[in-house]
Amino acid sequence: MRIIYTDNNATTKVADEVLEEMLPYFGELYGNPSSMHTFGDQVDKKMKQARQRVADFINADPDEIIFTSCGTESDNSAIYSAINAYPEKKHIITSNVEHPAVNKFYQQLQKTKGYEVTFVPVDKKGLLDLDLLYNSISDNTAIISLMWANNETGVMFPIEEIAKKANEKGVLFHTDAIQAAGKIPIDVKKAGIDMLSLSGHKIHAPKGIGVLYVKQGFKFSPLLIGGHQEKGRRGGTENTVSIIGLGKACELARENLTIVNTKVRKLRDYLQTRLLEKIPGSSVNGDLELRLPNTLSIGFDAVEGESILLMLDREGICASSGSACTSGSLEPSHVLMAMKVPFKSAHGSIRFSLSHYNTKEEMDIIITALVPVIQKLRDMSPFWKDGKVI
Amino acid sequence: MWDYTDKVKDHFLNPRNVGELEGANAIGESGSLNCGDALKLFLKVNENERIVDATFMTFGCASAVASSSALTEIIKGMTLDDAAKLTNDDISDYLGGLPKAKMHCSVMGQSALKKAIADYRGVQILAKPGNLVCECFEVTDLEIIDVVKANGITTTEIVTDYLKAGGGCGQCLDRIEEILESVKAEGKV
Repeated sequence: MRIIYTDNNATTKVADEVLEEMLPYFGELYGNPSSMHTFGDQVDKKMKQARQRVADFINADPDEIIFTSCGTESDNSAIYSAINAYPEKKHIITSNVEHPAVNKFYQQLQKTKGYEVTFVPVDKKGLLDLDLLYNSISDNTAIISLMWANNETGVMFPIEEIAKKANEKGVLFHTDAIQAAGKIPIDVKKAGIDMLSLSGHKIHAPKGIGVLYVKQGFKFSPLLIGGHQEKGRRGGTENTVSIIGLGKACELARENLTIVNTKVRKLRDYLQTRLLEKIPGSSVNGDLELRLPNTLSIGFDAVEGESILLMLDREGICASSGSACTSGSLEPSHVLMAMKVPFKSAHGSIRFSLSHYNTKEEMDIIITALVPVIQKLRDMSPFWKDGKVI
Repeated sequence: MWDYTDKVKDHFLNPRNVGELEGANAIGESGSLNCGDALKLFLKVNENERIVDATFMTFGCASAVASSSALTEIIKGMTLDDAAKLTNDDISDYLGGLPKAKMHCSVMGQSALKKAIADYRGVQILAKPGNLVCECFEVTDLEIIDVVKANGITTTEIVTDYLKAGGGCGQCLDRIEEILESVKAEGKV
């Protein structure tokens, strides 16, 4: 069956160019970059090039790049390091729509280490309450950690403005830029960001590789203690193959930034407009403007997300949902609940996240498939009658 | 992805007996839009108290639809007395089993059936008996005790799988734990 992949906020296809760059290092070029022989050193040289490419992608210095195993490790390391650097400060700030990699870690610090946590709320459009955020910053604040763009809705926070404010107040600022990367330009120097997380598999590199950018001068404490790798900031033999792949992926992502903001945005807008037109009782979740160009979170009244996804799956269409039933939890997504999306559409919310590999033809197939799926489920639903919710 | 049996998939994609039933003389509803799943069951019962037809309308995930569809197939031709003895396990077994976290879908079927039977017999179920434990999903202590005893449940997670109780804000998990302990102390599990 032909697969239409519109779940790129979950993971992405490894780009052919990335795979090609990696293949030799799976095979004959297996050396350890730390070794004292030319055979290992050639891997080290290639890894240095990758580090430079990653640094260029976010306008950092290569020494400020730490390779990790995933986005979660990057997020955890940043927070862990911040509270270690300022053990006397017992207040930490984040939002209430973060990824579990930040959210759960904060909750644990609150529960087990007695940290006072400010979870800054969002409004109906998913936008941050900036007044509350700024007013909550104090001398006791160890770190502010906020996502640049939300994985479920694509809504973006004004990270540059917040970083500036954090700098003024002398508070460490970390951003999880995992969804933003490759979709909007990122300049850590200009923005004055202290730490930033990236994940390879969201930008057409393989799974199992992440990055933590750490601004020069910050006293970083490693989460993984071991060898001298990553200048003592992350022990463990480097995942050379994936690092090399990620370097290539960052180079491509820079080149593709324009395509994502033109072609991909157009496809997303086309899908959005047509679905809203053709399916009554549908609504977009999140601010329409301050949103990633590739993401559409759309709710359908009186139907449930898992059912929609499984019916789309039969047509080879891959998307995801914010519904409870797909995740094993019972509440709909914490992001949609934080935005106070009404239950009638929250349970039936579907996320389409595109990449530059998608085509208009694919959007048309999705639209054609989705209309009868929603109809079939509404014909079955006790909450839908005569074209509206009852 | 959930590990659904072929039977669950079949009843989800080709649900039997969907829609309102004309001439229904018993209706039972369970769940709500807020909860994320709901079932409205329609029965036609003859003068001998036999279910001659049954249909459903369901909002929910694949296992909720499949459980509803299975329920209508099982009860057609049954007397109300026999139908009243139906358990959620009967629904789950008919489908070749449900993932643990989806057991509440079969409980929803059983609950709607109970209400439809009460509706036919003119018995009013006014308020749920017992004290409210889970506010998110409106589950009482007596409901929890029933399900714990009937299924030999020993952990709060499994209570959540069956009743959803504790699966929302989680504030009642300690209370559910206490109930489990008290049932255990009675030696019923």
